[in-house]
Amino acid sequence: MSNTISTSTPHHLAKTPTGIYGIDEITAGGLPQGRPTLVAGSAGCGKTLLAMEFLVRGATLYNEPGVFVTFEESPDELMDNVASLGFDLDDLRERGLLWIEHIYLERSEIEEVGAYTLDGLFIRLAHAFERIGAKRVALDTLEVLFSGLRDEALIRAELRRLFRWLKERGVTAVVTAERGDGTITRHGLEEYVADCVIVLDHRVTSQLSTRRIRIVKYRGTMHGTNEYPFLIDQHGFTVFPITALGLDYDVGTERISTGVAGLDEMLGGSGYYKGSTVLISGTAGTGKTSLSSAFAAAACARGEHALFVAFEESPAQIMRNVRSIGIDLRPAFTEQYLHFHAVRPTLAGLELHLATITDQIARIKPSVVIIDPITSLISQGFNSEVRALFTRLIDFCKQHGITLLLTSLSEMGQDPEGTDIGVSSLVDSWLLVRNLEMHGKRNRGLYILKSRGMAHSNQIRKLVLSSEGISLIEIPSSSLQLTS
Amino acid sequence: MSEQNGSKHLPDLPSDKSEFWILRLYVAGHTMRSLTAIANLQAICEEHLPDKHHIEVIDVIEDPERASTDQILALPTLIRALPPPIRKIIGDLSNTERVLVGLEIAQRSP
Repeated sequence: MSNTISTSTPHHLAKTPTGIYGIDEITAGGLPQGRPTLVAGSAGCGKTLLAMEFLVRGATLYNEPGVFVTFEESPDELMDNVASLGFDLDDLRERGLLWIEHIYLERSEIEEVGAYTLDGLFIRLAHAFERIGAKRVALDTLEVLFSGLRDEALIRAELRRLFRWLKERGVTAVVTAERGDGTITRHGLEEYVADCVIVLDHRVTSQLSTRRIRIVKYRGTMHGTNEYPFLIDQHGFTVFPITALGLDYDVGTERISTGVAGLDEMLGGSGYYKGSTVLISGTAGTGKTSLSSAFAAAACARGEHALFVAFEESPAQIMRNVRSIGIDLRPAFTEQYLHFHAVRPTLAGLELHLATITDQIARIKPSVVIIDPITSLISQGFNSEVRALFTRLIDFCKQHGITLLLTSLSEMGQDPEGTDIGVSSLVDSWLLVRNLEMHGKRNRGLYILKSRGMAHSNQIRKLVLSSEGISLIEIPSSSLQLTS
Repeated sequence: MSEQNGSKHLPDLPSDKSEFWILRLYVAGHTMRSLTAIANLQAICEEHLPDKHHIEVIDVIEDPERASTDQILALPTLIRALPPPIRKIIGDLSNTERVLVGLEIAQRSP
């Protein structure tokens, strides 16, 4: 998260960092300083929370006091709603970093007789600004004026005056508005806010909700144009920039052991590239979890941290099972080199899974991350979404030099080369494990389908899981027959 | 700027309290619009509520706190504090008939 003001544009457009994770990345530094930004979205998509977090982060991270003008919710309702995000508004109010101005407007209680202005609004705003020396303001939402008052021409004239006035005062404003039918906002507020327009969206597909954010317009600056998924949890907003991360991470030539001597040998003698992404595909019971565990054990034995994300088995079950093949994960687990994140895939949406995994990575700082298996997430969404999720996770891991090992479960009778939910093109090394029939026996065979940037074996080797560990044995080519 | 008209002496209230009117007029400075609203209100009260009204004029530029606590947005705003329920009228009160309806004086006057 950058806390500097970006001056990368020709006009040296000053920006105010929001302090909201991800938003400063996709806006290349924050919102236009001293100018209003429009945040549009339908009901329940997080406009109010975004506006509030903008003020809370401004107060806590940048010591910029802010005024929250609430037209809909009372201060008490507002505080209850954001308490779940871990914002202590009372504390900020006491420290003079936040002022909540509640504007109540109810058309049925008001009779309009003759000419009037909205000077009361201006006077109240000015008074609130002066009280705390506001640098930021959130207006949530001005559209209440349209339902509370009858004279629309007057409201529009006053809105124009209001935005001009806000700019003159040099406060950075976030103005929320309801999405319109075919327009950005229902009452056309975008007409007055020309500098920056952000749209929030909340969609439910396959009974799972995904929140998305998009910068529709940002005058005078480059910005990400994609829709970025975001999450609202106990830490507030998290926007996941996909392309903002780019492909500009360092690629090293450092190698990292797979934990299986025979497999290291197949991969040019020294294992995976550090910071690469590895996919192991195979049908049930072909040793994917065993290979993953060996990889984790080797990392922990080097004194590194490993994060094992288990979607199907409990940590105890994994540790018990791999002990039978001579891999003892328990010391690494008790000494907290090995961290398990065991969760049912159906427990959360894709975004939440990604968020919790990234959160754990940030906390644990592992050198290797294992996700076993990624196929559990298919039921969680459409393939394109799963692919997008992994693109982001892979980018994130590469940026941090973390080696990511993914396993993928192929259905019996399915071609394992075709069941990788579109992730295979994203990975650097792709290993396949499948059943072999030789001399009347059923064996496991492992081969490397691809491994970018290294000379690797093209053989199919017999994968033997015994109490002495995992070994890969060369098979005489004459005796080979694959089953499908 | 605080202006009283007529019944300044609250002890001399008529026995029927519901028939006594307390009206608060919120304005922003001494603008033409403010003065128009004050004059309009005074004229209406003289005619329709003689000796049973009290007008308080509040300049929210001098007392912005009041604008917040009393939920004033548009200016001028007239609030009927008594008799209950509270009624709110915004504008320069240029249409007497509608002010009377808004304040419910029309129905209440004998």
